[in-house]
Amino acid sequence: MLRFIIRRLVITIPMVLIVVTLTWGLVRLAPGNFYTSEKQLPPTVEKNIREKYGLDRPLIVQYGKMLGNILRGDFGNSLKYQDQTVNGILARSLPVSVTLGVLAYLLALCVGVFIGSLAALKPNSRLDYVSMAVAMLGISLPNFVLGPLLVLVFSLTLYWLPPARWNGFPSWNLVLPVLTLSAIYMAYIARLARSGMLEVLRSDYIRTARAKGLKERVVVVRHAMRGGLLPVVSYTGPALAFLITGTVVVERIFALPGLGNYFINANLNRDEPLIIGIVAFLSIAILLFNLLVDIAYAFIDPRIRY
Amino acid sequence: MKERETLAETDAEVQPALTPLGTQPAPPVRERAGDVIHTAPEFAVGEGDVRTAGEDLEVVAGTSLWKDAWRRLLRNKLAVFGMIVVGIIIVASLIGPVIIRTTTGYTYDYIPQDSNLIKSFPPFTAPDSSFSWTHPMGTDTFGRDILARVLLGGRISLMVGIISTFVSLIIGITYGATAGFFGGRVDNIMMRIVDVIYAIPYMMIVIVLLAMFGGQTALGQLFLLFFALGAVSWLTMARIVRGQVMSLKNQEFVLAARATGVSTGKIIFRHLVPNTLGPVIVYATLTIPSVMLQESFLSFLGLGVQAPLASWGSLASEGIQNIAIFPWQLIFPGVTMALTLFSLNFLGDGLRDALDPQMRKV
Repeated sequence: MLRFIIRRLVITIPMVLIVVTLTWGLVRLAPGNFYTSEKQLPPTVEKNIREKYGLDRPLIVQYGKMLGNILRGDFGNSLKYQDQTVNGILARSLPVSVTLGVLAYLLALCVGVFIGSLAALKPNSRLDYVSMAVAMLGISLPNFVLGPLLVLVFSLTLYWLPPARWNGFPSWNLVLPVLTLSAIYMAYIARLARSGMLEVLRSDYIRTARAKGLKERVVVVRHAMRGGLLPVVSYTGPALAFLITGTVVVERIFALPGLGNYFINANLNRDEPLIIGIVAFLSIAILLFNLLVDIAYAFIDPRIRY
Repeated sequence: MKERETLAETDAEVQPALTPLGTQPAPPVRERAGDVIHTAPEFAVGEGDVRTAGEDLEVVAGTSLWKDAWRRLLRNKLAVFGMIVVGIIIVASLIGPVIIRTTTGYTYDYIPQDSNLIKSFPPFTAPDSSFSWTHPMGTDTFGRDILARVLLGGRISLMVGIISTFVSLIIGITYGATAGFFGGRVDNIMMRIVDVIYAIPYMMIVIVLLAMFGGQTALGQLFLLFFALGAVSWLTMARIVRGQVMSLKNQEFVLAARATGVSTGKIIFRHLVPNTLGPVIVYATLTIPSVMLQESFLSFLGLGVQAPLASWGSLASEGIQNIAIFPWQLIFPGVTMALTLFSLNFLGDGLRDALDPQMRKV
């Protein structure tokens, strides 16, 4: 187990390196520059700018400096938001995105597992068909359509909930973004939970559990769920990667100052330190999180040994 | 091996050409023993590998795996519904714009000359608020016909979905088949690379790619989208093809091909890959909606399809700006897109059940 963890941690380093190098290469190879936005600059001004940001030095030196920044965990200053450090922006925007993502995923997990298990207990019943059709709708309805529709109904027509903006953690402002973000995961998890539970519920050990007279509730919750929900656990890793795309869209719809929103703006502004900072941070976070999921997997499923 | 012999016997029985010279040829098979033809594949299926049985079945009885799958697909109501809706949407987006142009004179980028018409009318409404068939989905802020724009968006969205899936198919099949065929160390390294790429948040890199290199011309942007989305969706395809090739490569027909001196490349692409088509088609059908969804995300963020072209994502993104006043600008492209994805997903699920009954989980 320990060897597995160490090996995975060691693999993480070249992976982050690849991602960061790719991103940096894309930003550098692209035509244009962050300062050539509107008008042609006088040559001396341009020369000074290039000197100030170290753009006149050889590419390999600049690359080394970028890597050094990542190693030290200090991504430098943002180019667009003058006198703000990338670290500061990360520290400010991360809680927003994490709150959003965690709440959405927890909601999706609870509702999805509940609906999926219920459908699996009565396969081919009306409940099963309806919930799976709704789940399919959840997968097919893009969140940038769902979000505005929810706003239209609950904010602009019924006036129940605020339509946008960030207002701290426990606030009504979070309801619509979290619902919008979690819909697709709810649907996926419901489908995964259903098929996993269906398979397990027909297995021999469940028959044994029933045969020795356990209550149906105990059979389902204690025995079936442990094996039946494994697909849901292994979906957590990919879900996190998708959650990032999801938060980007949801943060834009609801004007939330999260990581995704900053990432898009950084790309549109060609704010290189901010792009690199967010990419490096997120890829490390995702890789570590995936490792955690794999470790959790080994605890839930005793058959798995690393 | 017993099963092989039985099948060979059936074969001999079926082919009248094997009767000795000079004797009366046997009556046609179907007249003589129609039931034999039908029982043969059944015990073959019962006794051994489903796949070999299916292939022999093709020779003996003439009902192929594909015909069988087609029958199973038609029994699945949701899949048929999906097929019909997808068909309607494809036909509508192909010929719809022409019909609209000939009947109302509107095209997707036609902005009326009359300044009274340059505003957003609700569906089925004429400028004087009476009922009219001219704009069944209303008009957008510039007075452009939303139906024409949704149909154009459908063309672009479907095109991105299909072409990107095709790109991912080519990469995934080549990669997966190579890894699966060579096995051993090559396979180990190639699949480890796939594992590594799986864990990378590739959408971030796609966003960077499109933001940095995109936005030059509308057409260039489209090609960038095909490439970028295709290049990130091939991983699962590679895994599926690899698994299939690994289970096929030790069968007799590959040995036979090798014995007759067929080159490795030809064995992979002419003998092995065609036999993996079932799962590949299923997965490709499910890749199309997921690529379309990703395209719409990118277009929504302003990084995908650029004006004057439009996709469902970019139309929805325009519509969101005016959601409070002109909700139909979002609702029509959004709902059309959701309906298409919904149908494609059902069709893909149905195909999976039809082509691979073992994977069926009910």
